[in-house]
Amino acid sequence: MLREITLGQYYPTDSVIHKLDPRVKLAGTMVFIISLFAFGKIESYLVVTLFLATVIRVSKVPFKYMIKGLKAILMLLMITVIFNLFLVQGTVLVKFWVFQITVEGVKTAISMAVRLIYLIIGSSVMTLTTTPNDLTDGMEKSLSPLKKVHVPVHEIAMMMSIALRFIPILLEETDKIMKAQQARGADFESGNLIQRAKNMVPLLVPLFISAFRRANDLAMAMEARGYHGGEGRTKMRPLVYQKRDKVAYLVLLGYFVLMFVVSRLNIIETVLFGALGW
Amino acid sequence: MSIRIEHLNYTYSNGTVFEQHALKDINLELPDGQFIGIIGHTGSGKSTLIQHLNGLLKATSGTIYYNNENIYAEGYSMKQLRSKVGLVFQYPEYQLFETDVFTDVCFGPKNLGLEKEEIERRAAEALKLVGLGEEYYKVSPFELSGGQKRRAAIAGILAMEPEVLVLDEPTAGLDPRGRDDILDQVARLHQERKITVVLVSHSMEDVARYVQRIIVMNKGEVLYDDEPRKVFRHYKELEAVGLAAPQEVYLMHELAALGWDVDTDAATAEEAAESIARCLNKITERSRPC
Repeated sequence: MLREITLGQYYPTDSVIHKLDPRVKLAGTMVFIISLFAFGKIESYLVVTLFLATVIRVSKVPFKYMIKGLKAILMLLMITVIFNLFLVQGTVLVKFWVFQITVEGVKTAISMAVRLIYLIIGSSVMTLTTTPNDLTDGMEKSLSPLKKVHVPVHEIAMMMSIALRFIPILLEETDKIMKAQQARGADFESGNLIQRAKNMVPLLVPLFISAFRRANDLAMAMEARGYHGGEGRTKMRPLVYQKRDKVAYLVLLGYFVLMFVVSRLNIIETVLFGALGW
Repeated sequence: MSIRIEHLNYTYSNGTVFEQHALKDINLELPDGQFIGIIGHTGSGKSTLIQHLNGLLKATSGTIYYNNENIYAEGYSMKQLRSKVGLVFQYPEYQLFETDVFTDVCFGPKNLGLEKEEIERRAAEALKLVGLGEEYYKVSPFELSGGQKRRAAIAGILAMEPEVLVLDEPTAGLDPRGRDDILDQVARLHQERKITVVLVSHSMEDVARYVQRIIVMNKGEVLYDDEPRKVFRHYKELEAVGLAAPQEVYLMHELAALGWDVDTDAATAEEAAESIARCLNKITERSRPC
């Protein structure tokens, strides 16, 4: 059952987005998120939607994988929308008992919801099209100037890739121990909260022990192969920008400029809200 | 108390890109009191198959009957099934978690909702069966040696007093002495308690000495299902799927090829030795000067 959970959730297929340098995808995600939160006009949301849809299309990853990540923030999303809807002050639209919904409330609720959803989908595009290893490689390379101010960039990247590598291993281990304890009659599914927490002990104790054992073994194996940190370490496949990466940067620049220009316009809002008389 | 498997199929990650057919149309009958060996290369589906026997994995299609009852039927108690079909996983020592050995072995019977005295009686008996004396009762399971940990974990299953005992590679990572100890204990258990034992392994040598029947798995299918000696006749085909017959089989076939009149069906070292001795006797009789 735990096999179904994917984290890091790389979706293997052959597309231009998959082949891009991870640094481009990191920068692209950053630009996307900034543009999402910096501009708030209806026109800019249209451009964002168009851009996102195009990227998803080009990435060849099925859409249902994109929205998988939304499940995790469903609660947060609902709370945000409800709070914005009822608590923002302004021109009253509907009023009943102590609750009131304002025009401004509706606007912020919708834009917050759209921003959160797009934020998740946007970062899912990155994680679905980039292997975790590529991602940490890209991060290490992008952050390498920070080494000058003694930030242990390599060590952080190494820790991240090890952590990512261990997620599936620990999931598998959890699955195994869970089954082993179920074979001994353990029950992980029923009972009240306290009962359930208690029932987790036979799972968590062996899991922690095995995590420590694995960490120990890995440290030993790394030392045996002469690992001594990032100093003087070379890469088997160093990251080099290709032509498509340069094109991708240009596309990103174009997108950002377009967003900037569009956000100066105010046509749809004026027309729409003028017609509604808000 | 037989187990009957009909047209069992199992697919991992059904419906995704990672889809993988682990079991294909398995039909088997495991009658009472048999000592069965399941052999296959890594990834042949043997571990997947045995996890179906106590309902830990649910078949994608097909049925399993335990005592003629369909275990996938509405309202069938999986908990009941798991107390009847004891499954010892590979490296079972990783499932130990309690503060001392005795309490850990009590975990299984306690989950069955038994009386305190009954739980303790079963735990004590199970520990005796695997050869861990009272001096170990209050020791932390994490302070035991590898072989002792393994035995304590097996006791944890035995304490549930299952009617069918399934062991997945019980000897993996043990030295020859520890391996023989565990297998001998399992064989004794089979004889004394008359329970069905299913031994999963990739080593023919381990299995040949003990079992009455070998099921060879390959790529999610049953390749052979017969007495050991008959299965070993296919030693060339076994090699092709990454398995090997016991050394004795090779020796006997080579001797036969040299013209010796030996029993090529000998499946264990004892049988082989006897057959060679008989042959040597014949030769010495024949070459005796008149």
